Amino acid sequence: MSISHTLLGLLEAGPRHGYDLKRTFDERFGHDRALHYGQVYATMSRLLKNGFVEVEGFEAGDGPERKRYAITDAGVTDVGRWLTTPEKPEPYLRNTLYAKVVLALLSGRNAAELLDVQTAEHLRLMRELTRRKRDGDLVDQLVCDHALFHLEADLRWLELAAARLDRLAEELRR
Amino acid sequence: MTPPAAPPGTAAEPDSPAADRPLLRAAGLHKSYGATPALAGASFSIDAGEVVAVMGPSGSGKSTLLHCLAGIITPDEGTVHFQGAELSALSDSERSRLRRGDFGFVFQFGRLVPELTCLENVALPMRLAGTPRRAAEGTAGEWLARLEVSDTHAKRPGQISGGQGQRVAVARALAARPRVVFADEPTGALDTLNGERVMELLTAAARDTGAAVVLVTHESRVAAYSDREVVVRDGRVRDLGAGAAGHR
Repeated sequence: MSISHTLLGLLEAGPRHGYDLKRTFDERFGHDRALHYGQVYATMSRLLKNGFVEVEGFEAGDGPERKRYAITDAGVTDVGRWLTTPEKPEPYLRNTLYAKVVLALLSGRNAAELLDVQTAEHLRLMRELTRRKRDGDLVDQLVCDHALFHLEADLRWLELAAARLDRLAEELRR
Repeated sequence: MTPPAAPPGTAAEPDSPAADRPLLRAAGLHKSYGATPALAGASFSIDAGEVVAVMGPSGSGKSTLLHCLAGIITPDEGTVHFQGAELSALSDSERSRLRRGDFGFVFQFGRLVPELTCLENVALPMRLAGTPRRAAEGTAGEWLARLEVSDTHAKRPGQISGGQGQRVAVARALAARPRVVFADEPTGALDTLNGERVMELLTAAARDTGAAVVLVTHESRVAAYSDREVVVRDGRVRDLGAGAAGHR
């Protein structure tokens, strides 16, 4: 996720201080991973240098950051370009789970057990996200659903890999 | 929301806690269809109020396990105990009574009686158990409301959508206050949103009434509504959670 574009996008609604930007980011997109203040200030300095934001004013206060940032026309153009450019789908071709299965088979370890343990861990997280979804609002539901669909895809792969373990072991022996 | 009151004579009396664990237990089940083994030493147990997902690929023996647990088919070998009583030791009529009163069923395609209205469908298990029509239909109406399908009261199954039909089926399964609900791919014929809503309503209602749910599914997102999952593989039941405990 591009933090600089996201912060820039938040600024389109109106000028804000760095602290305010961090809080809004955390509320809307932070979920399990809040932004560090340092990240926000470093990003804003870069955006300032590139002409995408400007300092609209300073405000008195106790916090370390009192600059109030506003988005520039160049910033609006940049956000627009980012929003309309499709994200590159993850290729998922270099995969830790696959590497573990292959290494387990090559070293004569129990690859089926490894897949079972991983399946149980995926299912445990899916139960947790489902509970969170049940108790949450629409934003929680959408965020959890995104994670749930990805975990489901992993689980389908785990099931398929388990069904093909013997053949894979044979191919690796050649 | 408070669950509708159970009509008299349909709910089992609560047993002493010690005698009730586990509520349903199967040990060493074997079942073959001709030369093809479906179950080969399967064991399973579920406590009162627990939701357990039974997962596994097609043809792994999931549905056969469910049918053995519910007393619909008799295993070639092995035992199934419900509240301490062995199912195979019961007479046919005792087993039928058990399936009407203590067990509830939800299948992939509703299996509602097409000639009856939805209200009559939900009231049917209570009527068969001897509850007077007015009381049974009163309770059925409350359950249809709880499952958000009050508008289907007077409609027949052919006049409602698949999602509504599944909710009516869940209402029918739970209205008689069963101790165990057997749900075999209950969302298999539904789109994602409808399927999730049916699972939310089914598990919430079961938890409120204290019913155990045996949930057969091949979909992990559906299984995620359970308290734990087991996997049927090669006719045996594997508790994945137990295997992974040491790795958490």
